Amino acid sequence: MEIAEELAKQQKAISVAEFFEKNRQILGFDSAPRALITCVKEAVDNSLDACEEAGILPDIFVQIRKSGEYFQVIVEDNGPGIVPEEIPPIFAKLLYGSRFHSLRQSRGQQGIGISAGVLYSQLTSGKPTRVISKIAPDRPAYYCELMINTSKNEPEIIRAEEVDWERPRGTRVEMEMEGSYVRSRRQSVYGSLKSAAIVNPHARITLVEPEGNAEIFERVTENLPKKAYAIQPHPEGIELGELIKLLRYTEKKRLRIFLKETFSSIGTITAQELCKRADLDPERSPAGLDHEEAVRLLSAFKQIRVKSPPVDCLSPISEELIRAGLEKEFRLDFIATTTRPVSVYSGNPFLIEVGLGYGGELTKEGRVEILRFANRVPLVYQQGACAITHAVESVSWRNYSLSQPGGSGVPTGPAVLLVHIASTNIPFTSESKDAVADMPEILAEVDLGLKEVARKLRRYLGRESLLAERREKEEIIRKILPRIAKKLSDVLDRPEPNIGPVVARIMGNLLVSRESEQQDGRISVRLVVENHSDLIRSFKLHELLGERAEAVSPPAKVIPLGDGYDHHWKLSIGPGKKATISYQIGANGKEPAEPVVEGLEPEIVTGARVI
Amino acid sequence: MSSERPGTDPRSKRAEENLLRLAESLYNQFQRGVVPHISLPSRTKSNIEFSSRDDVWVYGDQETMRSVKTVRGAKTLLKTVHLTELLIDEHLKNNRGSTLREIYYISENWDIAKFNEQAESDRLIEDMEIVTNLHREDFHVRPEEDGAAVFGPLRLKEQTRRGEKQMHCQEDVGEAGYQIPFNVDNIEFISHDAQLVMAVETGGMYARLIENGFDEEYKAILVHIKGQPARSTRRIIKRLNTELDLPVVVFTDGDPWSYRIFASIAYGAIKSAHLSEHLVTPKARFLGVQPSDIVDYNLSTDKLTDKDLQALKSELSDPRFANPYWERQIRLQIDLKKKAEQQAFAGKGLDFVTKTYLPERLAEMGII
Repeated sequence: MEIAEELAKQQKAISVAEFFEKNRQILGFDSAPRALITCVKEAVDNSLDACEEAGILPDIFVQIRKSGEYFQVIVEDNGPGIVPEEIPPIFAKLLYGSRFHSLRQSRGQQGIGISAGVLYSQLTSGKPTRVISKIAPDRPAYYCELMINTSKNEPEIIRAEEVDWERPRGTRVEMEMEGSYVRSRRQSVYGSLKSAAIVNPHARITLVEPEGNAEIFERVTENLPKKAYAIQPHPEGIELGELIKLLRYTEKKRLRIFLKETFSSIGTITAQELCKRADLDPERSPAGLDHEEAVRLLSAFKQIRVKSPPVDCLSPISEELIRAGLEKEFRLDFIATTTRPVSVYSGNPFLIEVGLGYGGELTKEGRVEILRFANRVPLVYQQGACAITHAVESVSWRNYSLSQPGGSGVPTGPAVLLVHIASTNIPFTSESKDAVADMPEILAEVDLGLKEVARKLRRYLGRESLLAERREKEEIIRKILPRIAKKLSDVLDRPEPNIGPVVARIMGNLLVSRESEQQDGRISVRLVVENHSDLIRSFKLHELLGERAEAVSPPAKVIPLGDGYDHHWKLSIGPGKKATISYQIGANGKEPAEPVVEGLEPEIVTGARVI
Repeated sequence: MSSERPGTDPRSKRAEENLLRLAESLYNQFQRGVVPHISLPSRTKSNIEFSSRDDVWVYGDQETMRSVKTVRGAKTLLKTVHLTELLIDEHLKNNRGSTLREIYYISENWDIAKFNEQAESDRLIEDMEIVTNLHREDFHVRPEEDGAAVFGPLRLKEQTRRGEKQMHCQEDVGEAGYQIPFNVDNIEFISHDAQLVMAVETGGMYARLIENGFDEEYKAILVHIKGQPARSTRRIIKRLNTELDLPVVVFTDGDPWSYRIFASIAYGAIKSAHLSEHLVTPKARFLGVQPSDIVDYNLSTDKLTDKDLQALKSELSDPRFANPYWERQIRLQIDLKKKAEQQAFAGKGLDFVTKTYLPERLAEMGII
């Protein structure tokens, strides 16, 4: 026998269950605390998906119980239930699911999650998973105990029976496994459910911890998220292999019909246009296209601009609910949110939503917390490997009033960032769904979303600091300075000093002061106008005198007015500069009234009346 | 220095004048339209420099400005003016005084000028000392803590509120010794028969030395410094050293905190560097317990804690300890990882410290 033939005998197909049995880290079961979190997360995701599809407000009960040396994980929902024949494959067959072939946003995608939990449970505790499900109040509940036959990747039913169950409908799953329960950090069952509650404000989630302590994450809205509809693939970014596959297996007989019906956002006119550019007969059979023709068709896709995919395949959280979710879990002074328009990567529509919370009870030190979500599922692990984190790191936060040591990286300060990516197909870096891959289109959209909320934050902080400065100055001027002046006059036994000039300086005001002295039987008057602001001030200064003044410098315009004369000067004084005006009147002249300034706001003038 | 007619003694007069000058400068700033402010030397470790003229540590040239442009600055100036009024009208004009703590409580009535904590009023009084170039004793402000007690062959005269009192610090005092007043400058030394001044950290050792008659046998003036020395304690040590020309030795526990006690007597403290010339005794010498004594006399010890070690290491980078003697001793102690109390000598018998250790150390230092 030839060596190749010898070797051929050893070749053997590997069951997917066996593969995952040996590579459990890929599915997120690499450590004892993490295994518990992943199991709970997968079960809760399924419950949320099922409730949303059935239009039911989710009410999910999670309990973690110590059972000997193992932990028991119980997740129960009020969803539509599962028909008995579907229960074994859903829970005990890997890669079995309803969503893999559909282009629609959902939490689960591949049909691995919960069956991986069942596999992990059976590997570590050797015990079967118990499932109860009921699909209608007048039907009995179905109970079964399941294990996975790993060499065949097929469910094995250990026991099955009809039972009574008090719930009208819903599903309950119980698994026992090795694990370790931690609290008090984000990477915990508590933390991941808290995050899930933020982006699923329509759900009520109850958690009973091993010590018996119960936490309820209450729902804040009765509105279900908008239902996401399945759509056809979008032509933008589609790959050649995918296109050839679609061409070969389509039932459509004509190319133009194929184009219109297989892809989203392509109408009759666009289909004609595509055929023309690819130099293909629109009436040809799609299956008959050869490789070179498929390449031409693909390049035609790239030449024309196809409109964005329809939004209704996606279900964003909405700005209003992001705000409500952040308000619910943090005490904040300021919240900014944004929803980006739908965009496309590799033919998959996606949409980015960003929320930013600031101030309140968030700690001032330390890095900003980033809450990452993909299709409403919190991403807890591998923050550093995620496109969302990378986009956060590459924004210049210093431009937006947040500190960022070294000018790059995650910013620091009392803020929290929430980024949600919704897509028919989230490009995760691995099957454990911890991190979103760095697709350029996604990075760009997250970047734009972050900058939008950051601009809102900058505006808010700018306003706040102006207000704070104003308040501080008001306090000095109204409360402190008069008291200092009063005390000084007490101590020194002198009249109270005039605080006007100091007030003008502190407020950056225009200060008008007038001195007069007797000279050779006449009164010499000197007006000094100081500009303490950092802007040029242009205005008119009026002196209402009982007579025409003499020796006026600089010259004034004089207008007779009833019983006197209005003298006025047009002045323009630069920042920090001053102007001096002098004139003389007769010794018997009436004491002129307060000088008058025309053309400025009253708040910025000290020592003169403003008209 | 009679004080029968309030406000007439020349020191109070000068204090009042200096305080009024401070108020006047603020008043004039208002009149001239200048934003009212006070400049002060900045009181940080980085602004402490060695004055080779007096061999003490004093403030350098860095200044901080306190102006009414900020709420904090404005409030501090308001408090300064309130305090000025208190010191002039209540203290100096009526020849009365308050403790630092009392001043903090008095400010309760000052509305928004009230001190938030005593540390704040204490700091402001130090600032006023710097601005007016006076000492808080001149404003009749006294500390809470007791000053030192003194025991030894010294005759002195104290100006008290109830007249002049004369006493001898061995014959006219009880076992605890003569309690010095907070204002040491009210004392006048008359005569003495001493050959050295010994500052002693703990009450236990102070009592042991008196019981054993050490003060008589070695003609020593014993000063009980009671932990971190108060200003008055440092002042009397300084005066005994300069006016009576007596050598000063400091006898403390053998741990890093006690070395700092010695440093504040001999080199000065950061918080009161403006008073260094007044309070610091650069000629004071460290007697013990030295780390090398732990080895030489085989003393009972405790292990150094992490905090002790940290303190020793920070002393190695403290400019005040930057000389070969301290470097050798501190490094030795870090190696030993041990510390010893003064009273550890009792393990060798109650007379050991006075019959053996102190005579040996004093001879080694060339004092007897």
